[in-house]
Amino acid sequence: MISKKVDSVSKALEGVKDNMTFMLGGFGLCGIPENSIAELVKRNVKRLTCISNNAGVDDFGLGLLLQKHQIKKMVSSYVGENDEFERQMLSGELEVELIPQGTLAERCRAAQVGLPAVYTPAGFGTEVAEGKETREFDGKMYVLEHAFKADFAFVKAWKGDEAGNLIFKGTARNFNPIMCGAAKVTVVEVEELLPAGELDPNQIHIPGIFVQRIFQGEKFEKRIEQRTVRNKK
Amino acid sequence: MSLTKQQIAQRIAKEVKDGYYVNLGIGIPTLVANYVREDISVEFQSENGVLGMGPFPFEGEEDADIINAGKQTITTLPGASFFDSSLSFGMIRGQHVDLTILGAMEVAQNGDIANWKIPGKMVKGMGGAMDLVSSAENIIVAMMHTNRAGKSKLLKECSLPLTGVQCVKKIVSNLAVLEVTPEGFLLLERAPGVSVEEIQAATEGKLIVNGDIPEMVV
Repeated sequence: MISKKVDSVSKALEGVKDNMTFMLGGFGLCGIPENSIAELVKRNVKRLTCISNNAGVDDFGLGLLLQKHQIKKMVSSYVGENDEFERQMLSGELEVELIPQGTLAERCRAAQVGLPAVYTPAGFGTEVAEGKETREFDGKMYVLEHAFKADFAFVKAWKGDEAGNLIFKGTARNFNPIMCGAAKVTVVEVEELLPAGELDPNQIHIPGIFVQRIFQGEKFEKRIEQRTVRNKK
Repeated sequence: MSLTKQQIAQRIAKEVKDGYYVNLGIGIPTLVANYVREDISVEFQSENGVLGMGPFPFEGEEDADIINAGKQTITTLPGASFFDSSLSFGMIRGQHVDLTILGAMEVAQNGDIANWKIPGKMVKGMGGAMDLVSSAENIIVAMMHTNRAGKSKLLKECSLPLTGVQCVKKIVSNLAVLEVTPEGFLLLERAPGVSVEEIQAATEGKLIVNGDIPEMVV
């Protein structure tokens, strides 16, 4: 067994520097790498490019990095829940590249699986396709979208083992599995880190080969963005 | 009387057929789930990675790890599954989802749709809308026929940045049900008590009226 286990978030984030490009899993605040984000805030690395579906809320998730002006550029599909984000974007402090959600997913996956680019119909005929190569297949038009290049991927999984094998829970899965192995170094935080052999190989969502470092997160707040309930009858 | 948002959702629910996998957008489309007939089998997909979405949880049973694309806490029904974002958009682009229902700021008579950006005002992003409209075969748009100032949202050409080109097939608005055809907006049904003239006045794009137009049943 090749062990990927590291003892602390601080060891897990060794090597992060200013000007790097990071991928961060999560949809809204669901399945975000809370512990790694907290460590990035602590280390105060600057001028980051962050690839993440959303940009958190004002006081949680990537919003924490925005508050401290650590992010130079965001690559996201939807950024609607964050006033500070909007302020920095409109004032020109923050560079923002908005791309279709499926394209964001596939540019991660392409990087993960060794494809330089993929054709997608999403965005054809819109400003998203401006300056990009397009091509017709069977009478339909497609846009060529390139794989991301990133220095670190920060991923959150539910359970993992020392070998780096991962299992995700519910919709906290989202972009996390497809960011594993899509950057030079993949750092995974899990709620429960088990010895190798404790997870059933049949149930593994992502094999440890895609993971360089795994650690058990100290705490997971798991904040809910839109708490919606129905009344008991 | 023009339809309420609930009634628009109610009318769209009639388009949902037995055996359909359906993606619902945020806003009026989300309400459609409340009105689907109970004697048919339908599964709702949310692009953040769930098929088989159920109702909101009871208070105290919310799970931060189970949400929909609107970031609301949800439940799942028997037969549900979770998957990653790539597979989620794979099932959308791969046309495994039978029906997509989404909102729009503008629709053009050729089926172009704009719903993600108002330059200088609203720049929240497109989320999954561009993927959905570029791939889905069967797209129904739920929208108000006019904006708050009374200006038509069914246009000759969209004025806002596009989300997708020539993709909308059907529109259910507060005034009418329309099909997008190569010739323009074909009027299929009127909201109860709304005249063809009123619909014509609220439609900037080309409206095609063939014979008597029935009132919709909601």
